[in-house]
Amino acid sequence: MKAMPTPKIVTVTSGKGGVGKTTSAAAFAAGLALKGMKTVVIDFDVGLRNLDLVMGCERRVVFDFVNVINNEARLKQALIKDKRVENLWILPTSQTRDKDALTKEGVGRVIDELKSEFDMIVCDSPAGIEKGALMALYYADEAVVVTNPEVSSVRDSDRILGVLSSRSRRAERGEPAVKTHLLLTRYDAARVSKGEMLKLEDVLEILAIPLLGIIPESPSVLRASNIGLPIVLDAESPAGRAYNDAVGRFLGETIEHRFLKPERRSIFQRLMGRAA
Amino acid sequence: MLGIFEFFRRDRSASQAKERLQILVAHDRVGRDSPDYLPLLQRDLIAVIARYVEIDEEKLSVELANQGGCSMLAVNIELPSRSQKSEARNQKGPIRTRPQLA
Repeated sequence: MKAMPTPKIVTVTSGKGGVGKTTSAAAFAAGLALKGMKTVVIDFDVGLRNLDLVMGCERRVVFDFVNVINNEARLKQALIKDKRVENLWILPTSQTRDKDALTKEGVGRVIDELKSEFDMIVCDSPAGIEKGALMALYYADEAVVVTNPEVSSVRDSDRILGVLSSRSRRAERGEPAVKTHLLLTRYDAARVSKGEMLKLEDVLEILAIPLLGIIPESPSVLRASNIGLPIVLDAESPAGRAYNDAVGRFLGETIEHRFLKPERRSIFQRLMGRAA
Repeated sequence: MLGIFEFFRRDRSASQAKERLQILVAHDRVGRDSPDYLPLLQRDLIAVIARYVEIDEEKLSVELANQGGCSMLAVNIELPSRSQKSEARNQKGPIRTRPQLA
């Protein structure tokens, strides 16, 4: 059953590196698949392949996105089906080529082919605003802008919003703009309450785009990447639950934002130095 | 007991972060939103005006501002002071032009 009338291309981007794009793309794609969307997530970070690692399928990569662009392999040969989540596929990238391997025509051809098979095409963008990032956002219908509550990340997110509004195919064709969503990651409500970290309202005021979700700083994110598990599959993790909420909102559900207040920790938890 | 000291020494750096960002982002957006032709227009304007008066290229700015439905092109030229150049007597800068732009 196809839940979406037309396939959607969603780019996960940020400008700045290290803010959690790949973690978010993996979590988002897995979350969409769990909701019944047939989803593929593409790694656009040519030369710095990591999505497969975060998703735990690094040893199953035979052909990649660049091979398909160059007609060295068929799309079916390069796609990796996730072993845990039904409806989830990964298109890994090349570790040996560089970003010039990506061309508008080549990427467009692969995306067109994916559109006939999938409901959701999630593009995991590399950092920066160079070729790889431009290719990842060019065909986007919607963009999830991953931002940390930190000055350089917010500034770079604003920059990438400018790029989205001027360099995407929608912008070039004068079509309705790419729909943008803010995903505020590594949010530490305790530090916010102490005035040490930018609060949600500050970031929203500056970037002025709708909020998709707040992902709390959580040790479980590192644990999930250690074992190659998309964080949404860790039901115990606050971050995993927050990503699931964000996916629900993306699909039109009304879900209240959580993790905005510092978590109350029991005396026992304090003594044990446990953070959720 | 650190308690009371901690309270007064509380870090309020987040508000500084916000203020700095607001200024920076506003500045970044001005640069981003200006059309490609502005540097060329500025160069041509300097060439034309320099035929009539001596101007300092550093003291000229060309900006395009969007206000509601109309765009305003603001050209600011600082002319040499009277003591330096008597010909500029009748032209007290800045000169503002307001052409119709889409």
